[in-house]
Amino acid sequence: MEWETVIGLEVHVQLSTASKLFSGTSTEFGADPNTQANIYDLAMPGTLPVLNKEALKMAVKFGLAIDAEIGKTSVFDRKNYFYPDLPKGYQTSQLDFPTVGKGTLTIDMEDGTHRTIGVTRAHMEEDAGKSLHEDFHGKTGIDLNRAGTPLLEIVSEPDLRNAKEAVAYLKKLHSIICYLGISDGEMSQGSMRCDANVSVRPKGTTELGMRTEIKNINSFRFVEKAINIEVERQIDLIEDGGTVTQETRLYDSEKNETRSMRSKEVANDYRYFPEPDLLPVVIDDTFIEAVRETLPELPDIKKQRFQDQYGLSEYDAMVLSADLDTANYFEEVTTVCDDAKLSTNWVMGDLQAYLNKEEIPISESIVSAKALGGLISRIKDNTISSKIAKTVFEAMLAGEGDADSIIESKGLKQVTDTGAIEALVDEVIANNPDQVQQFRDGKEQVIGFFVGQVMKASQGKANPGQVNQMLKEKLAE
Amino acid sequence: MSIELADVENIAHLARLHLTDGEKKEAADSMSNILKLIDQMQSVNTDNIEPLAHAFDSVQRLRDDKVTESNNRNELQKIAPESEEGLFLVPKVIE
Amino acid sequence: MIDATLAEISRALESGKISSVELTKAYLDRIAQENADLNAYITVTEELALSQAEAADKSRSEGKAGAFTGIPIAHKDLFCTNGIRTSCGSKMLDNFIAPYDATVVDRFNTAGAVTLGKTNMDEFAMGSSNETSFYGPVKNPWDHSLVPGGSSGGSAAAVAARLCAGATATDTGGSIRQPASFSGITGIKPTYGRVSRWGMVAFASSLDQAGTMTQSAEDSAMMLNVMAGLDEKDSTCSTIDTEDYTANLNKPLEGLKIGLPVEHFSEGLSADMEKSIREAIAEFEKLGATVKDIHLPNSHLSVSAYYVIAPAEASANLSRYDGVRYGYRCENPVDLEDMYKRSRSEGFGAEVKRRIMVGTYALSAGYYDAYYRKAQKIRRLIKNDFQAAFEEVDVIMGPTSPHTAFAIGSQNDDPVTMYLEDIYTIAVNLAGLPGISIPAGFINNLPVGLQIVGKDFAEAQLLNVAHQFQQATDWHKKAPGE
Repeated sequence: MEWETVIGLEVHVQLSTASKLFSGTSTEFGADPNTQANIYDLAMPGTLPVLNKEALKMAVKFGLAIDAEIGKTSVFDRKNYFYPDLPKGYQTSQLDFPTVGKGTLTIDMEDGTHRTIGVTRAHMEEDAGKSLHEDFHGKTGIDLNRAGTPLLEIVSEPDLRNAKEAVAYLKKLHSIICYLGISDGEMSQGSMRCDANVSVRPKGTTELGMRTEIKNINSFRFVEKAINIEVERQIDLIEDGGTVTQETRLYDSEKNETRSMRSKEVANDYRYFPEPDLLPVVIDDTFIEAVRETLPELPDIKKQRFQDQYGLSEYDAMVLSADLDTANYFEEVTTVCDDAKLSTNWVMGDLQAYLNKEEIPISESIVSAKALGGLISRIKDNTISSKIAKTVFEAMLAGEGDADSIIESKGLKQVTDTGAIEALVDEVIANNPDQVQQFRDGKEQVIGFFVGQVMKASQGKANPGQVNQMLKEKLAE
Repeated sequence: MSIELADVENIAHLARLHLTDGEKKEAADSMSNILKLIDQMQSVNTDNIEPLAHAFDSVQRLRDDKVTESNNRNELQKIAPESEEGLFLVPKVIE
Repeated sequence: MIDATLAEISRALESGKISSVELTKAYLDRIAQENADLNAYITVTEELALSQAEAADKSRSEGKAGAFTGIPIAHKDLFCTNGIRTSCGSKMLDNFIAPYDATVVDRFNTAGAVTLGKTNMDEFAMGSSNETSFYGPVKNPWDHSLVPGGSSGGSAAAVAARLCAGATATDTGGSIRQPASFSGITGIKPTYGRVSRWGMVAFASSLDQAGTMTQSAEDSAMMLNVMAGLDEKDSTCSTIDTEDYTANLNKPLEGLKIGLPVEHFSEGLSADMEKSIREAIAEFEKLGATVKDIHLPNSHLSVSAYYVIAPAEASANLSRYDGVRYGYRCENPVDLEDMYKRSRSEGFGAEVKRRIMVGTYALSAGYYDAYYRKAQKIRRLIKNDFQAAFEEVDVIMGPTSPHTAFAIGSQNDDPVTMYLEDIYTIAVNLAGLPGISIPAGFINNLPVGLQIVGKDFAEAQLLNVAHQFQQATDWHKKAPGE
């Protein structure tokens, strides 16, 4: 029996507004418990919500970025359930009339292919607080700092067909929200949370199988593993004669398995009804166009432009455009040194290796785009060779200054003076008669030995190209 | 439309209310009466009528995204039933 | 002096005839004598009142006094008052010291008013007799064996017994108008959205509105001047401009068109009550108004629709009372579920629990369309009825209540009987319109209330119509025990 996997993802994105969705309390991360929880956030009697304009703009911005229908009239609803991190005993969310309707985004696979994935909707809702289960002698501690923070819940169509596509979708989504500046997208900090709806069906059929929802996946890597292990579990279950129950499961990353969640989900009747403390949210074309003006060049457009404008390969363009900071860095380097190919190699090569090693984002790079551009310029104008450039780069990483000052202080300037090179070449030829004979006898690769000797004699500073050229001429005499 | 005891138990649980057996019976009776009152609504055909959620056709005002609140934890936790180290305490929650 | 109207008191303070401190002390003394019996106040704020009175007198001596400076009022215990217990008549909030002021409270404080205390009410505003309060029933000052009406029974009794110059109150299905009619005073529920709900503990969000209990329409106008107007913190608060509600009280009623809903003058209305009301309406004809019959064909469904919408909204509004962050928590909870269930079951009274159950049921899976959605459609029909009627008339009049005050404990068998007390008032809340009840006569020495309903944001007109009646008659001047 051949199986097909059907995956839909629900992603909750924490919007990076300064204040909460319905109150003027700060949303800054990392504050002491309950120091960012005012009377509304604590659901004190008599308190009322007022909608944050910026959150609405961010939601609309996202909708425009995925070419979605924008809900010109959207309505908030109450989703009722009891949990200690939900102060009002209901979450204010959007059910039938969300701010963002149907849209699409394109995912990029490793083999260079692309797929269009449907987004069903995106709506705004309040985040809940946090529960701390340790440290309180058998009790649970509730921190409501996070309660009321604006979330955008983005629901995909069940268009994804395997775990790798799911990861590609998440990466593209992450890229878009970071480009838009509506969230920092940090999965590890909970700014971006993913729940996966997974089902299987016999290949070739169209009816959807029973799906389970997997929660608590907080990295791209775990998304892939969780989906794979759940698909395996479902297939095994069905092939053993069992049926998949519709339920919520938690992913355990240590055991690499999913397990059924406890009765939080048992018969939860949310009793949705329209929020009477809020009026319908009505936006017009002027509002939408004003938001559209603030859209940056989106990742897919930038990727295409990098290919068209700089002649990059699709793969290189994809890598460089995935992250906005990296894209901007690359463009600045290229502007300074006017060589897209070299810029690409250096940014994706040596610079990225350094960033990986230090585990820092490009925004924290000690070597600025301007400085890297300056270094590459010195390669281009033959001041130094590519090989020496690596030495200079190391010194720049160590904070020793910019390219010019390092080249100067370490005396790394390339020797390009023909006379000087000629002198060195003549000397090396004169000192190595055996190898000269070998060359004359037909062993052409011996030229490498001569190049090495000249480079050594010049402490690596001779221009390798010129050395090569001159050796060939002299040995041919 | 009358209410069965099982319905009463389900609703009481959804609303996190505890009822004794006597109270459940009483609730079933009084709710059945109330439902008789409410069922009078069914006497009118409303197929082409739009629901009215708000009395007037106003739209939601938007608030500027500014931090206007400051930390008031000490004051606000003075009236908390149980708190420690800035957290509200409840019986342990099992996920 | 403390029997005087709010307007008279304001003039007396202005002229220096009496000081706010003297006045406040007089009220506090009378409260000390009578409240134990009437039970109109849950909390008396003696210290606060005296310090506010002193501040008021001081500001007057500095020439900074306004119309409301130094006037002693009471607040229904549904309004949050900073640093003062705000109980909503419930054990659930018996220990709740509000950490902030409701906008209504804040506006009165800013206007220089003196807060005498927090008045008794049906628990969480759910009731029509003030018998569901955790703090015991309130007695009708006209006859202590009778109810004063509800849910704002405490405010009504306090004003009727002259234990304050005026009181704030709230009305969701009639909770200002009905107690005003039972207690022989003037009570106005403004248009929905006219007054801020920030700090007014929510019962049914789309129906609740703050209003006033006073001896006269003129007094109401003075209070409304302080209370009304946009509050940014309440999304449902209207941006429509307010006005000086005292400015046009004396406009003549010549040409006023009054509508009488035939449905409100049918079975269910006692002969005595109908006679009283029609006699009161005849007074308006003497003042130059014309009267005609109008129809509100869906009014018989208003109680049904209300008892879906209000409990549904309430069931969600009261979910926050869970023993976690404030309010009542049961002793030694075994686990979280136990804490929720026992705290809520011990903290809430029977009527509140009943309405939470009804509301939860109406919203539950499979019933939403038949109940909640259906009720919202009925609501539109009712609003349409009023709109059609107001094409023909300026104001609509009728009895506030089917009868006069009933005996404490007499309506406890079937909750539905109690619900039908509000049969004439509820539709007004569903439509969001303003309504006032004014004293219009007596039956067996018990007060009768006339209800006047206006178009949206027509509070000034309502107060004008009421004031003119109160110039031509003296029902509103009668006080219990005279």
